[in-house]
Amino acid sequence: MNARDEILGRLRRNARRDGAQEPAARLAAHPRGTVPARSALDHDGRVALFMAEAGRVDATVARLNGTAAIPAAVARYLEDAGLAPALRTAPHPLLAGLDWAGAGLDARPGASDGHDVAGLNVAIAGVAETGTLVLASGPETPTTLNFLPDADLVVLREADIVGAYEDVWDRLRAAGEDAGFMPRNINWVTGPSRTADIEQTLLLGAHGPRSLHILLVRDDG
Amino acid sequence: MESTTRAFNDNVRRAIGDAGLRRSLDKLGHGFPVKRRLAAERLPEFETLRDEARDIKNHVLANLDTYLAAFEAKVTETGGQVHWARDAAEARDIILAVCRDASARTVTKSKSMIGEELAINDHLEAHGIQPIETDLGEYIIQLRHEPPAHILAPAIHLSKEQVADTFRASHDGLPRDRDLEAPETLLKEARAILREKFLAADVGLTGANMLVAETGSIVLVTNEGNADLTQTLPRVQVVMASLEKVVPTLEDATTLLRVLARSATGQEQSVYTTFTTGPKRAEDPDGPDAFHVVLLDNGRSGMVGGDFQDMLRCIRCGACLNHCPVYATIGGHAYGWVYSGPMGKVLIPNLIGMETAKDLPNASSLCGRCEEVCPMRIPLPRMLRDWRRRQFAAGQTGIIARWALKSWAFWARRPGLYHFFADIKMRSLAAAAGRRGRFRSMVMAGGWTGSRDLPAPQGRTFQAQWDARGGKR
Repeated sequence: MNARDEILGRLRRNARRDGAQEPAARLAAHPRGTVPARSALDHDGRVALFMAEAGRVDATVARLNGTAAIPAAVARYLEDAGLAPALRTAPHPLLAGLDWAGAGLDARPGASDGHDVAGLNVAIAGVAETGTLVLASGPETPTTLNFLPDADLVVLREADIVGAYEDVWDRLRAAGEDAGFMPRNINWVTGPSRTADIEQTLLLGAHGPRSLHILLVRDDG
Repeated sequence: MESTTRAFNDNVRRAIGDAGLRRSLDKLGHGFPVKRRLAAERLPEFETLRDEARDIKNHVLANLDTYLAAFEAKVTETGGQVHWARDAAEARDIILAVCRDASARTVTKSKSMIGEELAINDHLEAHGIQPIETDLGEYIIQLRHEPPAHILAPAIHLSKEQVADTFRASHDGLPRDRDLEAPETLLKEARAILREKFLAADVGLTGANMLVAETGSIVLVTNEGNADLTQTLPRVQVVMASLEKVVPTLEDATTLLRVLARSATGQEQSVYTTFTTGPKRAEDPDGPDAFHVVLLDNGRSGMVGGDFQDMLRCIRCGACLNHCPVYATIGGHAYGWVYSGPMGKVLIPNLIGMETAKDLPNASSLCGRCEEVCPMRIPLPRMLRDWRRRQFAAGQTGIIARWALKSWAFWARRPGLYHFFADIKMRSLAAAAGRRGRFRSMVMAGGWTGSRDLPAPQGRTFQAQWDARGGKR
């Protein structure tokens, strides 16, 4: 017998069925567990909670009025951090028409090759519960941008801030096709990379970014 | 990996004599448990979530065959491939074959307990493929050819000076007298070296914190971001996971993620939690072309439906290690195999046999802190007692312990006789101890009095006092 049939056969024989719920029904209904009450807030409350929680995990947040303000905000951040005015940007429509040169920036769209000092990506959502960014892989949002550059900058639209993680699953299911609504990667990012592997000393910037800066953009209307 | 569990007692003696290990473990005791408590206090729903997490895994274990088949179907549908392995040898062969098909020369790897179970690094190396651990702690112990000392913090037993020595000995082409004093400097050096390895690797080998049956996704949780670089940059991704990692839906995974980081490090959420589904899509600018998942049994299907099924709820958070007085005294290496702490004491005999690991279930005072903090509410003390019972039934309990238990049983069945002699014994001990009220040394109790005094009984027995106060029996 092949390994698959042998393993599944043994599981079938040994299983103590609970009869509580049919697996097929659970998969179809995907019921929510308890969702912490702290994120059950109105829009302004969610934005405030998101900013507070992101701050707790060493991310920084800048609030902008509209996407046109992004290049200047990026330039200011890089200058304050003592970094060169250059970055790799997501080939995302939200960033396409922006005046990078006008802000003195050398912006190159595409995936990161591992030698970019700064990268700018666009999140699909922010989760207020823990100040977590949610990013999806795709042609407009390369995953390497989230991990290779030293400074990770992420654009998040205020309207995309939800209360709980489950709200993002519902949005993905609604937007996608039945079979495969998941992209290759969904990344939850809660603060910049860190490690405590040497003498339990907390250090930022392990393999991923040393800093995480969130550009929170109010709707252009 | 080869186990030294048979030599547990020698391992323990060596660990207790290691002053450096003592310092690291003391620090651990003041770190993780405090952070876990603060995180739990900050979330009013924490205890409810623990109940729900337990119930999810119980439901999965009652239907493991169905959920694994559903997971496999979804992985296939999204362009990946699932391989089934009865034991470690089969899993190693599968992984080596995938690496050879990809003409792999180097493999980056993110920390995986299943990888340790397979000793996959040694296997790849023996066949001319270079494996590179990328979790900082795991990288350090790979350079030192040591097993992990803790599920979360594999290099917890080392000082920064030891890490600096290891880097000096292993990183060729850098000035010997470079400054490696600060942890920041060590991290910077490792980051630079590993960055090039990430970019050059042909295959990325990862574990999985969970498998999601609904979507065929694997879930990876790290703070460093190393698992993401491992799964994003190479041409081929291979995932190693044991059967019980599967959960039904994204919502169920989310519930477990709400208790995982809080129990492990006291974080609200780990920095990077990634849901990976299949290989890169045609239009994606990055990600691997091929996605393989190796499902490892290695004894687990035999645990389903039995006395130790509850152990399969474990999500490897490490909370039981962090709160265990035995782990805090001997560290992880003494347990002699991949796992350690209370969860190791229950799981190891299941995976490598009770005979080899017979000392582990006995190295516990059954204080119960592990069960108190386990996010999955695994009854670890109950299962340690189950192992002891089985050992006794199988005649594996030592002669002295058997004799002691027998004599205890004799007295316990004769309460009148017991109370009579207990009363005499107490008085005579109290008299012998004199005004000091304790003994410096005592025949047949050297194990106790060798390092501390033995207090003498004072007053009367509890039951005598109970009767004197008119308490009901």
